[in-house]
Amino acid sequence: MAIQQISVFVENKQGKLVETVKTLADNGINIRAMSIADTKDFGILRMITSDNAKTKEVLADDTVVNTTEVIAVKMADRPGALYRVMEILSKEGINIEYMYAFTASDSLGAYVVFRVDDVPAAQKLIDDNGLQSLNDDDVQNM
Amino acid sequence: MGNYFQPAIETASREEILAIQNEKIVKQVKHVYENVKYYRDLMDEKGVKPEDIKGVEDICKLPFLSKADLREAYPYGLLGTDLKDCVRIHSTSGTTGKRVVAFYTQHDIDLWEECCARAIVAAGGTKEDVVQVCYGYGLFTGGAGLHGGSHKVGSLTLPMSSGNTERQIQFMMDLQSTILCCTPSYAAYIGETLAEQGYKPEDNHLKAGIFGAEPWTEEMRKNIEKSLGIKAYDIFGLTEISGPGVAFECEEQTGMHINEDHFYAEIIDPETGEVLPEGSKGELVFTCLDKEAFPMLRYRTRDICVLTREKCSCGRTHVKMAKPMGRSDDMMIIRGVNVFPSQIETVLLKQGYTPNYQIEVDRINNSDTFEIKVEMAPEQFSDIVSINQAKERKLEQAMRTMLGIGPKVRLVPPKTITRSEGKAVRVIDHRKLHN
Repeated sequence: MAIQQISVFVENKQGKLVETVKTLADNGINIRAMSIADTKDFGILRMITSDNAKTKEVLADDTVVNTTEVIAVKMADRPGALYRVMEILSKEGINIEYMYAFTASDSLGAYVVFRVDDVPAAQKLIDDNGLQSLNDDDVQNM
Repeated sequence: MGNYFQPAIETASREEILAIQNEKIVKQVKHVYENVKYYRDLMDEKGVKPEDIKGVEDICKLPFLSKADLREAYPYGLLGTDLKDCVRIHSTSGTTGKRVVAFYTQHDIDLWEECCARAIVAAGGTKEDVVQVCYGYGLFTGGAGLHGGSHKVGSLTLPMSSGNTERQIQFMMDLQSTILCCTPSYAAYIGETLAEQGYKPEDNHLKAGIFGAEPWTEEMRKNIEKSLGIKAYDIFGLTEISGPGVAFECEEQTGMHINEDHFYAEIIDPETGEVLPEGSKGELVFTCLDKEAFPMLRYRTRDICVLTREKCSCGRTHVKMAKPMGRSDDMMIIRGVNVFPSQIETVLLKQGYTPNYQIEVDRINNSDTFEIKVEMAPEQFSDIVSINQAKERKLEQAMRTMLGIGPKVRLVPPKTITRSEGKAVRVIDHRKLHN
């Protein structure tokens, strides 16, 4: 199951990012995973949070927010684990727009979040190859 | 055929209008010559006597007045009556220099309000209507003009003034406003806010809007008409001449009828001052035919436009002016190229963006920098960097095609550009600070 990721447009201005993160803190939202893409003029903060609906709601007043589906695939703790996943996707012509990694608790292990151009196809490949990935309930209950 | 506030004069024959104008101008020039020393000196300098003016065809012999004269004569130098006969002043926003203070007798207020009433009736206004006036009240002529006009029509007038959008919307919904009067940028903002609050265009009771006091484009008109579910009418005016209602649009929406029984319009070559034939593009010049306290003769508006006397389907016979292509005050010269904000707005609306933008011009190392910040809607934002950048490049390309000079475009989140609830701040020109 693909999971929801929230992307937030952050102006490249002092204090903007901290303002966004503070809003999340004030609203009791837990950030499970995040990455930032930055350019000279703006940044895009991508997050997987404990409550996506609320995240969207509390940030929408101040900036633009959108939701995209991404796949968080569990990584085995050994060399070549990431390569194996990427090879599976690459062979089937699925493009990765970007990706980032995060670790949950010790028992849950490490994950890589993939933003791909064809989510259903990628998800099927992950499942068919016996790889584990997270769903929205997992994210909420982490 | 439409509805008229003063049918006899609004549909008078050309001959009748000319007869009225001729009679008024002779009296007016005499009034000004006798009472306004500043203008008497200008006439003497030019060797023109009041008796030389026998009708409107002689207006071209009179000297011009410009904004510089108004500054020079500030505050009382162009006053045509005793101060004790004046009942009100209004003032310009002063965005392009020193404020202009204009004086009004009760007669001047009445004729101005009648002009506004004509505009409201042309937009479909009657006694049955609820007119929500959210132009600023106070020194600005917008609020007072439409407010007075609405009273003259007998409509229920909501004197909201500008700002406090939540309250505007609450009154609009609860009191079922049918006609909205404000700046076009504020109308667009109200439309956006209504949509944000989950209202559909058909949820409000508005049928028409009367929008003016700043330049706007046909694209912006379509946008506002769609978002509010109304017909949007343009209105034109300037404090120096009276205020809004100098000219107004009828249901044809193909230009604004100038209230010619009060204001005589000419188009001149801005370089030579020569009067140009009908249909030529040039600077708009107004002569007040019967104002008492602030009787401007041949006032150069710096608005560039075209006049036409072609027959209008609404039945009005008064000359029509095209929407000004921009005040020379709005025009920027960037890297030697003339740029009007209205051109930028046109590109944005065509490309599906909101007309919320801000232009920033600076001069670094003797070269002009030109940046346009554009607000994007949530659906235009992508989580992928390159897609957002491609949108910026596409807009830059479209701007370059329209303007002949390439700006840097930056997309910004909604509502980050300072939102004026009166006139929009479109241009920040840092170059002026260096002079």
